[in-house]
Amino acid sequence: MDTVHARFKDKIGEVLLPGDVFSFRLPEDGHGDGNIKTEKIICGPGLRRNGEEVQVCKSGILRHKQPNLYWIDSQQRRYVPAKGESVIGIVTAKSGDIFKVDVGGSEQASLSYLAFEGATKRNRPNVQVGDLVYSQFTIANKDMEPELVCIDSCGRANGMGVFGADGLLFKVSLGLVRRLLAPQSEIVKDLEKIFPFELVVGMNGRVWVKAKTVQQTLIVANLLETCENMTSQQRQTLFRRVAEGSL
Amino acid sequence: MANDGAAKLSKNLLRMKFMQRGLDAEVKKQLDEEEKRIISDDHWFLDLPELKAKENHIVEERSFVPCEDLVYGRMSFKGFNPDVQKLMLLMNAHKEEEEDEEEDETLSRMETDITDEEMARRYESLVGSMRKKFAKKRDRSAITRTEEDVNCNIADYPPKRAFMKPQD
Repeated sequence: MDTVHARFKDKIGEVLLPGDVFSFRLPEDGHGDGNIKTEKIICGPGLRRNGEEVQVCKSGILRHKQPNLYWIDSQQRRYVPAKGESVIGIVTAKSGDIFKVDVGGSEQASLSYLAFEGATKRNRPNVQVGDLVYSQFTIANKDMEPELVCIDSCGRANGMGVFGADGLLFKVSLGLVRRLLAPQSEIVKDLEKIFPFELVVGMNGRVWVKAKTVQQTLIVANLLETCENMTSQQRQTLFRRVAEGSL
Repeated sequence: MANDGAAKLSKNLLRMKFMQRGLDAEVKKQLDEEEKRIISDDHWFLDLPELKAKENHIVEERSFVPCEDLVYGRMSFKGFNPDVQKLMLLMNAHKEEEEDEEEDETLSRMETDITDEEMARRYESLVGSMRKKFAKKRDRSAITRTEEDVNCNIADYPPKRAFMKPQD
């Protein structure tokens, strides 16, 4: 609908506060349907549907992606489970058929032992308490306990499951995670040049790093943690110093 | 029971297939209509006005992943973990393929482990070996002869040894 998009378009790139409302009255059925194409609007994180209005529930900048996706770009450290996101979890308990996994949310998620590639009732996966698992949410809403799986819809693992014999796990803010996982991330490009290492990034703010030696691992971890509050200039100078100096 | 005649038989019995073979078309139609009436009377339905489901124009999406097109979370650099680098290519190529398909509608070829030529060569030899497997013992040697003869020097292929009926 043109009116809807027009209202959103005004505010793209502007700071919005919780409580701002985009309301548009849809035409009564019958009359206007011929002229107005009823298009779908997709509200991303930070926007909520309230009847026929869209309300802002987080403070931040309104962003837009073609053709009809709007969301609020905001910062937070606390993770809220969302369906389809891949996170790093720590196994805290084994009880019967499921594992309890801590994902940093308000409650622990459950991970069934059958949700691993090649797992059957006889052939149980080798998961111990304290292991790190990289998995995806299948159920994640505010009314139910979140559930994780380590396979995709075809039954393949695709890199999910238990990982990380060595390495270091640390926590960063969710904004930095999104910057790391952006398609052409500059931080990642700069990091690549320093030395070989392996990185697993979970959407819940947890990052796991492994490099050849303990020192290198610690260097990468420190770099990532400090990247958060630096401009790209500062970051590049820092990385250059590391690349020349420490090795 | 044979003396009673058709009058004493029950309605259900009369409705059975074998009893209807002798009836006329009219009587058949009447019976059908009666049956339909009974069935439609039995049906319950709600006496409410037709409600149209409200079309939802607004869809909520809770995850950031489609918003910013985030890439796969496992990464490895400079060959630290070759499995993960292969995975990175796979998962991110998935995403790129989707984008390409939107731009130009060329069919994307599946990544194959063996090339097409190798596949064709394999099938060539497979066909030959299967034929030999199911051929009779006498024909097996004939087949090997024709296979070895690459220049097609043998004229009759394959010379089937059949029973030759005597002329007289």
